[in-house]
Amino acid sequence: MEHLFAVISSGPAIIFPTISYKAIGPEMILVVGALVVMLTTSLLPSTRRTRTPSVLAALAALLAFADSATMWANFVDHGPYRAIASSITIDGFAVFLLVTISATTFMGTLLASAYLSEGRFGTGEFQGLLLLSASGAMLLASAGDLIVVFLGLEILSIALYVLAGFEKRSTASGEAGLKYFILGGFSSAIFLYGIALTYGATGSTNIASIAGFLASNSLTANGVLLAGMALLIVGLGFKVAAVPFHLWTPDVYQGSPSASVGYMAAVAKAAGFAGLLRILVSAFPTLRLEWQPIIWALAALTLLVGAVLAVVQNDLKRMLAYSSINHAGFVLLGVEAATAKGTSASIYYLLAYAFMVVATFAIVNSFEDRETGRVPLENLRGLATRNPGIAFFLAVLLVAQAGAPLTTGLVAKFAVVSAAVSAHSYVLAIIAMLSAVIATFFYLRVVAVAYARGPRRRSLVSQPQMAMAATTSGATAGEGEVASAPLTEKISLPVEAQIAVGIGVAGTVIFGIFPNYILHMADLAKVLL
Amino acid sequence: MLVLLPAIAALVAALIPKSARGKAVYPLAIGVSVVEAVLAIVLAVQFKPGVAGYQGVSSYNWIPTFGISWRLGVDGISIFLVLLTAIIFPLALLGAREKVNSHTFAAWMLLLEAACMGSFASLDLFAFFVTFELTLIPTYFLIGSWGYERGGAAAIKFFVYTFLGSALLLVGMLALVFIHDSQTGVVTFNISQLANTRLSSTTEDWLFLAFTAAFAVKAPIFPFHTWSPDAYRQAPTAGVVVLAAIMAKLGTYGILRFDFTLFPRAVVSFGPLLLTLAVIGIIYGGVVAAAETDIKRMLAYSSLSHMGFIVLGIFGLSRAGVAGGVLQMINHGVYTAALFLLVGYLFFSTGAFDMDSMGGLQSRAPVLAGIFTLFVMSSIGLPGLSGFVGEFLILVGGFSTHRWWAVVGTFGVVIGAVYMLWAYQRVFHGTPKEPELVPAERAIDLKRSQVLVLVPLIVIVIALGVYPRPILSRISPTVDALVAHVQAAQPGPSAAAHVQTGRN
Repeated sequence: MEHLFAVISSGPAIIFPTISYKAIGPEMILVVGALVVMLTTSLLPSTRRTRTPSVLAALAALLAFADSATMWANFVDHGPYRAIASSITIDGFAVFLLVTISATTFMGTLLASAYLSEGRFGTGEFQGLLLLSASGAMLLASAGDLIVVFLGLEILSIALYVLAGFEKRSTASGEAGLKYFILGGFSSAIFLYGIALTYGATGSTNIASIAGFLASNSLTANGVLLAGMALLIVGLGFKVAAVPFHLWTPDVYQGSPSASVGYMAAVAKAAGFAGLLRILVSAFPTLRLEWQPIIWALAALTLLVGAVLAVVQNDLKRMLAYSSINHAGFVLLGVEAATAKGTSASIYYLLAYAFMVVATFAIVNSFEDRETGRVPLENLRGLATRNPGIAFFLAVLLVAQAGAPLTTGLVAKFAVVSAAVSAHSYVLAIIAMLSAVIATFFYLRVVAVAYARGPRRRSLVSQPQMAMAATTSGATAGEGEVASAPLTEKISLPVEAQIAVGIGVAGTVIFGIFPNYILHMADLAKVLL
Repeated sequence: MLVLLPAIAALVAALIPKSARGKAVYPLAIGVSVVEAVLAIVLAVQFKPGVAGYQGVSSYNWIPTFGISWRLGVDGISIFLVLLTAIIFPLALLGAREKVNSHTFAAWMLLLEAACMGSFASLDLFAFFVTFELTLIPTYFLIGSWGYERGGAAAIKFFVYTFLGSALLLVGMLALVFIHDSQTGVVTFNISQLANTRLSSTTEDWLFLAFTAAFAVKAPIFPFHTWSPDAYRQAPTAGVVVLAAIMAKLGTYGILRFDFTLFPRAVVSFGPLLLTLAVIGIIYGGVVAAAETDIKRMLAYSSLSHMGFIVLGIFGLSRAGVAGGVLQMINHGVYTAALFLLVGYLFFSTGAFDMDSMGGLQSRAPVLAGIFTLFVMSSIGLPGLSGFVGEFLILVGGFSTHRWWAVVGTFGVVIGAVYMLWAYQRVFHGTPKEPELVPAERAIDLKRSQVLVLVPLIVIVIALGVYPRPILSRISPTVDALVAHVQAAQPGPSAAAHVQTGRN
């Protein structure tokens, strides 16, 4: 035993870096929160297992949000710094995303609670996994080292695989989980290859060292480096569902429970783009001319394929899957610009999208057929006459995603397109706007179905009588009588879903009318080079 | 103020409690729009004639990060469009009373009014873009939820079509702003500042096309009109009144305000193209209108034809022509609004838009027929009524600069008389073709309240026809300055001589 000690101590001294827990505060809160949630659930009597874990999870997310907000205030006052042997970078970019992710996680726990409140099994597990995956996303956002990026990616993804397949009695959900797992594992492997090749070419996995090495040395043969970079892009391309790495998206979105999808769409996308931007902008700024064309092509394909394929979907969740691909294209627009403006536009877009998409899925959650995970568009027909409130909020969220004025949807699209135009990517900007036009069509189609009258229509002969009746009675008789018998029962949103929708819509509209505050934040959120 | 008031009122109307909905919404909507009209009239009275620049400018720093502000103000062109908007909206609301009781309908209408006001008064490109886009959403719901049998499809078609135009506008707008930024280092969306941007002629051409695409769809100019017959046909009366009378003007207004100010050189080089499209629109719209049996579609094509006249006047680039174009924008707004209101009333009593199934209604509804005649006459440009002055100025201006286009366009006047009078004949003369459509015991003539709604429009049509000077004297300085601005931007003396012929 003593001999062994002697051997160890005689070797080169192992220097442990000082660990700044402040820098990974939100992550720690979420991990501890996840453990507390799971522990309390196992200790509670089974009758009280439905609510308590959700409350605890929401509290943990709120705490993480508060901590992120404090970090933002610190950042504004004291500027960016690196911690834990430069493996964590706390710059404006990271903190902005921490705020985004923690806020979205809070909404995600509400949505999950709405989903789980139907007396479902496994409340503690769902909420715990959700918090864990959020901690992974945060780690990814503040990573300063490729290994940490990979760690974050894995923590995020493994929890998400389980969440996707959570509806265990449904084969669709199982299929979604498995599909997501296999393709995700595949992309992680590719990503890891990318790290290995980059390490081989530059001698470091630290992002700052890679950038420093590339800035001061010129490689005689950079094939290995370029291959590494390409593999890194491919690996993250899977996560953000960029075309042609998007094939998993529609099936996973359709099969998984809405609660998982809403969270996954917002957080996995934000985290994936955080990694992509961090690597491209911070590690490979010198290779800009090499990666810009790749991103250009990805963006153009993603925008068009997402928009065009969304048009032909008859299932709301599938349509939202393709719409999320389309949104990824818009974020890529900001990445392609390769400017500080582009980066802040991208992360602003991610924040705006996160609010809209979680709230949208909070509504979709109530329409879902739990057995198959489907939400046929026709089920929404006549929603406006049955549930005018829900129909209205759904309409607001969808037109906001389409980029309607006075919502963050327009400001976000405006920001990324203006970044692209100022970087002289005119063609890409026009492609983006064309895809936005196509996108309005499929969003409005949903709105049109929700606001359509029932299947029975006024016949032409009865119109004058109806009109006469309306004029004489002077009431909204026309409206009332037009509505035929509702196809399905009136649905009601659980309270938690109502809160999530409320937060999403309020954020979307208020920051759409007064966008300056968050735009200014995004402007400050620069990547530390 | 003009923009904020209806926007806030729309919010109030949307949030009004259920119990009060039946009674409170209607007075609220009407009240707000009337207050709005009074405010607009006050603004117009305070408007100083003989001044070309912007008046009553107010400004609020909206998004300093992007150099965007709410900068509002009016000049000799926009003041009358603001006034038109303020007058048409209360009438449209009054004319569609049975629907205003729905609080969402009232809310959308008020939001639409705010958006239209904002578009006409914005002096900031981004604020204009936002309000210009904002007009789409209320209109979409007005057509989709309260329209006739195929309203949903027409609403989507309308939205996607016009959105396509604005998508190009957004890219063009951003390109202009960043070119300005690279020259001066200032990011701004203020159009007065952007007008100083130096553009190479190819860039200017592209930007002009991007901007004009949006306006051409909105106006609509041939061949970008295909959404309009469907949208007009399916929209409820209040919606179609606003669409045809006000929102169509957003297109031609946009051309004058933005294309002329920002891209004067491209305006001249693309002038012949747009004139040709305008003339095709005049003739094509007229011919199709003559062949339509549905009265609302007929009016939609007649609008296409009349908007062609306005474009002809504008791109004729003579002072008389442009002033005539602006005047005609107002005239067209007034008589189209009136005609669509009348058609709406007609539908109440007959339940049909098909002219072939009507007939002989004059004896049953003499007042309706009489008022209809008046507006038909104004629409075909009878001297003494408002349509005449505008059309005359447009053609005089056109003759002096672009003779052959004006000559062909003149045939449009003749065709206009043909389809309008023929339509009148089919609806009101002869014997009822389908007597069961209007049972003898039903009173179908206008009620007194309905006539009252039309009185302001009748007054305007006659006043503008007899004595247009007060309006022209306020339009002219702005128009003169605008035409001079376009001429000054031309590179060689030959081009300047080409347009320098208009007299007023």
